[in-house]
This record gives sequence, C-alpha cells and structure tokens, in this order.
Amino acid sequence: MTMIDENPTGAPSYKWVGSRSIRPDGLDKVTGKARFGADLTLPGMLEGAVARSPHAHARIVSIDTSAAEAMPGVHAVITAADLPDLAEAGAKTDDVFMSEKILARGKVLWEGHPVAAVAATSREIARAAVAAIEVVYEPLPHVLTVDEALADGAPLLHAEMITRGVDPAPKTPSNAASRVVHERGDLDQGFADADVVLEREYTTKPVHQGYIEPHACVADAGQDSRANLFVSSQGHFSLRAMTATTLGWPPSALTVTAAEIGGGFGGKTTIYLEPLAVRLSSKAGRPVRLVMGRDEVFKATGPTSGSRMKIKMGVTNDGKMTAAQVWMAFEAGAFPGSPVGAASMTAIACYDIPNFLVEGFDVVCNKPKVAAYRAPGAPIIAYGVESIVDELARSINMDPIDLRLANAAVEGTQSSYGPVFPRIGFVETLEAIRDSDHYRSPVPEGMGRGVASGFWFNIGGNSTATVHVNEDGNVNVIEGSPDIGGSRASMALFAAEEFGISVDRISVKIADTQTIGFNDVTGGSRVTLATGKVVIDCCRAIKEDLCRRAAKTWDCEIGDVEWVEGQAQHASGTETPLSLAELAETAPRTGGPISVTKSDNVRGAGAAFTTQLVDLEVDEETGVCRVARYTTAQDAGKAIHPSYVEGQMQGGVAQGIGWAFNEEYIHNADGTLDNASFLDYRIPVASDLPMIETIVVEVPNPGHPYGVRGVGEAGIVPPMAAIGNAIEHGTGVRLNDLPMSPVRLLDAINQRNDG
Amino acid sequence: MDYLAPITIEEAVGALASTSDSRVFAGATDLIPQIRSGRPEPGLLVDLKRIDRLTAVTEGDTSWTIGAAAPTSGLTENIAFSRQFPGLSEAAGLIGSDQIQNRSSLGGNLCNASPAADSVPAMIVNGARAIIATPDGTRTITVDQVATAPGHTSLEPGEFIVEFEVDKPPARTGDAYLRMTPRTEMDIAVVGAGARITLDADGNCTEARIALGAVAPTVRRVTDAEAALIGHPITDDTLSAVAAAASAACDPIDDKRGTIAYRKQVAGVLAKRVVKLAAERAAGTATENGAH
Amino acid sequence: MSRTHINCTINGDETDFLSESGGSLLNALRDDVGLMGVKEGCGTGDCGACSVLMDDRITCACLIFAPEVEGRTIVTIEGLANADELHPLQQCFLEGAALQCGICTPGFLLAAKALLDKNPDPTETEVRYALAGNLCRCTGYDKIIRAVLDAAEGIRASATSGDAA
Ligand SMILES: Cc1cc2nc3c(=O)[nH]c(=O)nc-3n(C[C@H](O)[C@H](O)[C@H](O)COP(=O)(O)OP(=O)(O)OC[C@H]3O[C@@H](n4cnc5c(N)ncnc54)[C@H](O)[C@@H]3O)c2cc1C
Ligand code: FES
Ligand code: FES
Repeated sequence: MTMIDENPTGAPSYKWVGSRSIRPDGLDKVTGKARFGADLTLPGMLEGAVARSPHAHARIVSIDTSAAEAMPGVHAVITAADLPDLAEAGAKTDDVFMSEKILARGKVLWEGHPVAAVAATSREIARAAVAAIEVVYEPLPHVLTVDEALADGAPLLHAEMITRGVDPAPKTPSNAASRVVHERGDLDQGFADADVVLEREYTTKPVHQGYIEPHACVADAGQDSRANLFVSSQGHFSLRAMTATTLGWPPSALTVTAAEIGGGFGGKTTIYLEPLAVRLSSKAGRPVRLVMGRDEVFKATGPTSGSRMKIKMGVTNDGKMTAAQVWMAFEAGAFPGSPVGAASMTAIACYDIPNFLVEGFDVVCNKPKVAAYRAPGAPIIAYGVESIVDELARSINMDPIDLRLANAAVEGTQSSYGPVFPRIGFVETLEAIRDSDHYRSPVPEGMGRGVASGFWFNIGGNSTATVHVNEDGNVNVIEGSPDIGGSRASMALFAAEEFGISVDRISVKIADTQTIGFNDVTGGSRVTLATGKVVIDCCRAIKEDLCRRAAKTWDCEIGDVEWVEGQAQHASGTETPLSLAELAETAPRTGGPISVTKSDNVRGAGAAFTTQLVDLEVDEETGVCRVARYTTAQDAGKAIHPSYVEGQMQGGVAQGIGWAFNEEYIHNADGTLDNASFLDYRIPVASDLPMIETIVVEVPNPGHPYGVRGVGEAGIVPPMAAIGNAIEHGTGVRLNDLPMSPVRLLDAINQRNDG
Repeated sequence: MDYLAPITIEEAVGALASTSDSRVFAGATDLIPQIRSGRPEPGLLVDLKRIDRLTAVTEGDTSWTIGAAAPTSGLTENIAFSRQFPGLSEAAGLIGSDQIQNRSSLGGNLCNASPAADSVPAMIVNGARAIIATPDGTRTITVDQVATAPGHTSLEPGEFIVEFEVDKPPARTGDAYLRMTPRTEMDIAVVGAGARITLDADGNCTEARIALGAVAPTVRRVTDAEAALIGHPITDDTLSAVAAAASAACDPIDDKRGTIAYRKQVAGVLAKRVVKLAAERAAGTATENGAH
Repeated sequence: MSRTHINCTINGDETDFLSESGGSLLNALRDDVGLMGVKEGCGTGDCGACSVLMDDRITCACLIFAPEVEGRTIVTIEGLANADELHPLQQCFLEGAALQCGICTPGFLLAAKALLDKNPDPTETEVRYALAGNLCRCTGYDKIIRAVLDAAEGIRASATSGDAA
C-alpha cells in the first residue's frame, strides 16, 4: 500500500492512530464465537416464517389462516389485521408506506411482499404453516421499469400518488413520486460555448447489496407491551423507531440489542422482519426468531435502483467543461424513496461546471422497495457521467486525467448541490493515479485501460459514547454504532491515542438502546467521524478529570498538571507522575468512579473523492472480460486504521466490478424474479479478481480532530464507468447499459465487426 | 423424510422397490437445493455412498470404472486418470467449488439431467457407458442415452446408475472440455464443449467426437463438425468448419444465463478451441490446461 | 417428521444428537449441537459460509443431510484453534485484517486449512481458485488471499525450523 500524506512534515505524528492494531472483535470472529443475528437461542423460542406474495401486483381478496393456525406446533399467525392501520390512524405517508412494506394491506406490490407470518415450534412446521395459509389474489397488471411505469396509461401502484416537486402540481396521479432539480447558469450559452457536445443515454438494473448474512432477528415480547429485540442491523436506534411506529408502540418500549452484523452496505438500515417478530412474540407469548432465506433476501429486501439516464455535456477543445444537462429516472420499487435525490446532488459534484441542469425522478414500480446501498445513487449516475467525460476526453484528444484535473472541484468551488467545498482532496486522488506505477506503466498488449472518479458527501450526525476507566486503569469504550467494517478498532485507537496507553488496554462494546444514548445509523460513512468525535470528547473530558484528580492528590493547581503519555505529570517535575492505573486505584478518594458520557450532533463531515484505474483483458470471441490490474486512490482525510481503510476501498471496488459485469435483477415477464440465488446473482468470487492496489490519500478534514473523512462509500462510485472506459479503450466499443455482460459485449463487438 | 444408507446394491434396489416416493442421491448438491425450493419432496432418501462399488474409482487393463457416486475430487486428484482423460478430469473439476467437488458425482451430474452439466459432454466424447442397477440385475447403456430432456432420464423408477465404464483412449488421442461462464468459478455453463480427437502419424484426424452442452435440451453430438475433421489435419479452415457446424447444431433457448444468438456464436468458438486443444493433446504438443 | 439418532466425532469429541432425517448438517450443528460458528448465507451451496471439514475434506454443511455424518469426523470453526493457541490462519487473518464483518470468516478459515493441508505452498491463483466457493462481500478478497499466503509461509517456516505447531 502507498500512503500519500498531504503534509508529511507539518502533520502531527501519532503513536496509535494510523497503526494496524488487532481489532477488538477479531478473536471472536476467527474462532466462531461472535454472535450474529441468527445466532441467539432463547429458552422456549419459536421459529418464524413469512408468507409472501407470488404475484408482482395483485389485490388481496381474502386471507384464510385457519388451517395454519390449526396445525400442531403453530403458536401464532399474523396478518396486516394484527398491526395498526397507520393510514386510518392518519400517520405520515412515509410511515404508512413503511408499514405496508412490512405486511401488505389490500394489495401486494411485488413478488415477495409479505402477507402473513407464522411462529411455530420448528422451522419445518412454520414453513408448512405458511404453505397452509390460503390467500386469494386478483392479479393486476404490473410495471417493472421506469419506462413501463412512466408510460401513458401505465397501471398505478398507488392510486392517489401525485408527483411532488412539480410546479404546478399535476392533476392526475402517476407512478412518478417526486422530481428533484439542481440548476445553475445558462445552459444554452454553456452548450454554445462548447466545441464538442455529446449526448448519451444509459440504463442500469437493480443490484443487491449482497451481504452474506441474511436478515435475522429474535424478539422476546412480554405481556406488558414491551419487548427485547436482538437484531442484525446497521442502526438499532433507528430500527427501534421504525419498528415501534409500525407496531404503534412508543420507541422506549423496545430494547434493541445490536447483534454482530454480517454485512449491510446500507441494506440493513431499514426494517423487514422486526415488527413481525415482535408481534408474533407478543401473540404467542414466547420468544420468536425470524431468519430470511437467501431467496427472500433477494426477493424482498432492498436492491438499489434500476435507472434510465440521459446526459448531455459540452467541452471546449482546450478541455473546459462548459455545460451539463442530466436527466434521470430511478426505480424506487414498490414505494417512493429511490436515491435519486443523492444521485442528483452527486451527479457532477466532482467538477466545476458553470452551467447545468440536473433533473431526477423517483418512480415506483412492482419490485421490492429499494434500500440504501453504499453511496446511494452516486454509482448509478457516475456510470453515465464518468463515461461521457471519458468520451469527451477522447473526442478532444486529451488525457482523461488531465481533463478531470482541468475541471476538478477544489477548495472554494461552489458544489453543484449548493455548499462551497472546504479543503477537499479530489485533485490529490487524480494526481495520485496519474503518478502511480500503474498509470505510468504501458498498457499491456491486448488490454484496455480506463479511469473514472467518484464523489460521496459523507455525513456526521447524532452519536453518543461513554468511556469508563476501570479500577485497574484499563478503559472501556461504550458506543452505540453497530460495527460493520472494523469501526471498533478505530474507536480503540482513538482512545489509546488520547490516553497515551496501549490499545490492548482498551475494550470497546456496542451497547443496546437501553444502555447508551441515541445514535444514528451506521451509514453515510459517519461512524469513524461522528462516533469517533464523541469518543474523543469523552477521552478528553476524562483526561481533564484525571488531571484534576492528580492536582487534588498533589494539592496543586490543575494548571500545573499535564497529561503526557498515559500519565499525569506535574509541570515542575517534582512529583512522581501518576499513571492511569494509579489514578484509577485512588479514584474513590478523588471524586469517585471515572466515567464520562458525551453526545453530539456532529457536523464537519468532509467529502470523499476517489479516482480509480483499471486494466482489463477482453476475449473478443466470447465477450468475457477479466480485470488484470486495479488501482484505487481515495482521500481518507486521515486513515485511523489503515488496514480497514484499504479494506473499505477494496470492498467497494470489488462490488463495483460485480455491478459492472454481471450483477443485475433479472425479472420474468410475469414480474417474478428469475435469479434469486447467489449462483445466478453473480457477485465476484475470489478467482474473478486481482489484488486491488490502494493509494490512501490523506488530505485532512478540517472538521475533525484527527482529520477523518468517511471512507466506506466512495469506493463503489467509479468502477462501472472505469470498466466501461477500459472496454472502449481495448475494443473500440462503448457500452451504455449495465451490466456490461458477455452477451452485451459480444453483441457490440459483432456490430463493430459488421460495420 | 426418512433416510437410508444401504451398503449393498441389492439393499438399495429393495428399498427403492418398497416405496414409489423415494429418491437416490450421491452428493446431494443438486438434490438439496431442489428440495429447498420445494421441488421434489421425497418420503425416502437413499444415500448411495455407503455402497463400495458406487464410490470406487479403479483402473483396469483397458478401461476405467468410476463409481456413480464417487466425489469428483477423487477423479481430479487421481493422477493416472487425469493423465489419460485430461478433458474429462477437467470437466469434472469444473463442477462447483472445492466444497462441491468433495461431494458432487458423475452419476448425479448426469441424472440431474441439466443440459449444462459439465461432465456429460466430456463423458459422451469418451464413449462412457453407464451400468444401471435394476430390480432384475444390471443393464448397460451409453451415457448419451441417459438424459432425455431437462430434468428427465431414461431410467425407470427404482433404477440407479452403479458405475461408469470408459475405455482407455487409443494412441494419439486427446480429449478436452471448455465452457463459457461469466464468473471464473461457481457458475453454470452458458455453453460447454467437449471433444476427443485421434490423429494419425501425419496429423490427420482419424476419429473425432464433439459434444456441446447448454445449447439444446440435452447434450448434443455435432456429427457435422466431426465429419468436417475426419481425414483432415487440424487447420484454421477445418476449425472454421467445426465452428460453423457447431453453431448450426445448436437449438438453444433465451434465458437468464444467455441468449440464443450468444449461445450459437460461442458454441462455435468453444468447439473450435476445444478441438484445437484436444488435437494438441493428441499430438502431444498441448501446453495449456483447458480448465478455467 | 422423523428424527434420527446420529453418532459422530465433532471437533475431537465423540458426540451424539437427534436430528431431522431430511434436515441439513448445517441445521443440526446449529440447532441440535449448538455450534453457532457455522453460518448460513444461502443454504444452497453457493456461498461457503457453512463450510466444515468432513473427514478432512471441505464441504458445505448445508448440502449434507444430517444422518450422512454417522461415524464421520467433523471439524467446525470452533475446533480450529488449540486450547491456548490460535491456528496460524486465524492469527494471520487477525493481523492481516482479512475480515470486515466476519460472517464469511469461519468458512474461509476452514477452506484455507483444507487447501494448506493439501498444498502447503500454493500460488496466489491457486488460493483464489481454492477459495472460490467462499463468498466475501466486504473485503474484495485481497486481504484474505494475502493472509492465507502469509499463513502458508509461516506454517512452512515453522515446519522447516522443526517446531511445527
Ligand atoms: C454451488 C454449486 C455449483 C455447481 N456448479 C456446477 C457446475 O459448475 N457444473 C455442473 O455441471 N454442475 C454444477 N452444480 C450442480 C451439481 O453440483 C452437479 O450436477 C453434481 O455433479 C451433482 O452430483 P451429486 O452427486 O451432488 O448429485 P445429487 O444431488 O446427489 O443427485 C442429483 C440427481 O441425480 C439423481 N442421482 C444421483 N445419483 C444417481 C445415480 N447413481 N443413479 C440415478 N440417479 C442418481 C438424484 O436422484 C438427483 O435427482 C453445482 C451445484 C452447486 C450447489
Ligand atoms: S450456507 Fe451453505 S453454502 Fe451458503
Ligand atoms: S468479511 Fe463480510 S462477508 Fe467477508
């Protein structure tokens, strides 16, 4: 790995931050002890199963659960009748939609939509009971894509949905839920100023987050309308809120414990099974475990959107981007809420373009409601934008990195979505790739090379942490952000650095919703930044407290005491320094237990940029591509634990490579999903990939004590475009539709050969 | 579901005769996913792997006998076998991952009757025979007579394959198998192609067998392509003829794994490549492995 | 639903349990034996999260009927380390950050052990193909492959220096 330090001399040097310590949860995970969502067993626990719609769109005529209820071993069966009708209760539309996603009411809107759930003494019985539930459906015509959904006369999913964000508001309902717009300058003038204007259309298919752990939870409800929930989730507080809303309970009635989470990538920021498990448990009076099968994960949990995009961009012969017009429509699935908003904001955020119009539509269709997926929306629109940027560079004979450098957003640029960028590191990622061994080495014979860049905001948000010093001087960090990629390791490093003690002396635990204050979801690459910030705040407050205690011991002014390398020192050097262990031992006499809790709605997130480079080989007779070499440069701000920063970068790239070549939802004409397994939904396997070279760029985020930016998401933004660009470089054919599968590529090569 | 693991062929035949609702299995790598998706729900599972003959792999003077339930890793790890039948060994080795390899069998691969089964084209070009246990003793048919349609075989209820016999190849003969999959591993063939080529001392082809997988309801022999080779050396021209004949022989479908046009075109490409590789092996000039 | 009484050796101990005859070894290990380190990612052989060693061979526990293990020897992730010492693969996975969420880790460790027991000096390509039956969605495989190569080197070094673990 290469580390590029923005300011090697001036940057503070750290002992623990930036080291490759062993993660706190590592041992449990290599020995099989770690408990994931499905791994909790409670006495008397029942197993649940969910009955799901076989139709893409249908009216529910009747549901008869009597045969299922009569089966020996069945303890509870629920339908929408067992949950509050939020529409009737006048709840917010989004909450109504959420509850209808959990259990269909009146209509099913996609294949896999839950209609009932069962709890029984074994999984086999629960499954048999599900099969015994008789649902009479009246099938309705369905729409699967934005094109179908927006067509005149298209069947409507929601009879009363009027497009938001259009002025004046449309009079008739449609499947377009909303419209977003970002614009600046004079588009016509911008295109008139250009020497080359290209206009292209792109499409993408829904792709799934593909976490290896299926959704799972265990609920244990008491007779007092309170419940404990053990669940694999990216945010047990927001999950608590959503589950409570669906149940009509106050959030505090639920105590949610975050299981170890077997991957989420955004897909575990929402609820699916949880209200069902709680309701089944309260109905049965026994704990209930609900675990999805892989087919259910594919059919009924969030992929990200399929889309259609139209992009027009202009550039002068000397490489100045003058105008961009971007139109996109994203599939939201059965309910509104595609990431088209974020896509519109990120679309051209890498560049300083004076004139633009970015317009996006959120469109419902008869597929599972989409869920967040790593930099939601950004990779989709970047596929289009970064492809056309590459074509523009080619058309004016400019190196694609130089074209990006000439138009790159820098500190002070007003971003396309509004705010003025503070210090950012886009240029540094471009330079890192330009100067890399990979870019400087010639393209190997018979290969194609492609470059693309990507942007993601990163966010801060609400976090709470508690730090205790034990009587032996070792430190417990208690936080409330589920760890999806090694964040506990970073928290331990922050604490070690702050206290000046070995990282082995820090333990980090993620507490349940009863035990720690509120935390937003683990998403938006926020945890190392925001939760890290409150952990640092706790440590700093404790250090102050420790100094005060030392001053008390020495009977001196607090101003004479300093915390240096794990101990309190007297400025005069006359007193023997007091170590953390010594201060901990005497704590009862100096003010009692040493413990601090801090909460904050953390601001100051720093945007992340990445530039990536790929070499690939195309078998022109079969259309099969193999990635031969891949390098990614990303601005991490500061890599707290470099291994996990690299891991995030590599993981994002690998997912992007899968998205580029093979991953897609394939639907049958009847609206059912045809590839709901890992055999047919092809995520990359180890032999598909090369090593993924990482260049960690460190342009510190001025908004964070250690300069952290988030690193979790930006990595997945450029790969599809980088690969498309490499395919064109290698073969001369340009693909504008994802996935760029062997079938599509061979077809394009045939057309090239024919004409 | 009940489970039974007979240790003799007779016991297995008897168990199958006792109920119409039974299912034999070897590695269960096809059967368990199918049961999970609700397609057969047999009352009795008959595990064939505790019958010695069904898992034995033995080299005779003129032929090999391969237990129908022997794990395919036992073939790929058998050096003598893999040297004599590199194509069949590679084809068997392409089935799934190492995890699958330790369970998957040729009997299961054949009797699952998927048109995309990797070992089947390679068995067919090697002229493999299936020895079938029946209530009245055994009978023998050639492997190409087993699968009749996707998911269907010519076996009668209560019958199962005991073992396969495959004659050792004559001199100057090579076999090979290639497939196209989007992923390098863990994938089902979009097109598969097996070939066995025999050359004379001058390099002319004296015998050719070519079979394609995943391009028709069952594995398809391409006799036109074979005819185009007989009596000729392996040249660009003969290979082009092979490719054209292979494409023409396909009767594929459009599905989630590929299109008709794609399958036809790539069948030609793979047929050409696999013949070339088999011929190089026959001539003793092969440098590369077919697999992966 | 009929249950079968099954005897086998699991992680060195002779074990017996009752299990669903048509159920999978994966469910038996998790539900009947209580070994939760064996994970289900798919239940159909596609992800390798359920990998266990059966008679020293790597297999998917989800593709084995529970009664098939009668008399066999099973090793799960819980049996990989010695009482007081991690297996070199476990150590290298920890040191090399070869896991993010860790759900795939038990399966990778066992598949890697099966590989190194057979081939102590694999190439990168051999490691990639040997581990192709194990899906990891988090890491992009890079650090997993490196950890396995590192462990292989460590095991070879300690074998030649005579103090093999
Ligand atoms: C992850 C994964 C990847 C795979 N990849 C591939 C691949 O790349 N290529 C490929 O071809 N296949 C692949 N398969 C499918 C499968 O592994 C193979 O078809 C395998 O050879 C089946 O063998 P088995 O012993 O496991 O069959 P089983 O599941 O035991 O049996 C399959 C069928 O054959 C019947 N049967 C089994 N043995 C006999 C017998 N002796 N006589 C009569 N009938 C019998 C059974 O009743 C059943 O209907 C894959 C499967 C999985 C799960
Ligand atoms: S759970 Fe067995 S392979 Fe996925
Ligand atoms: S570490 Fe998460 S799937 Fe591998």
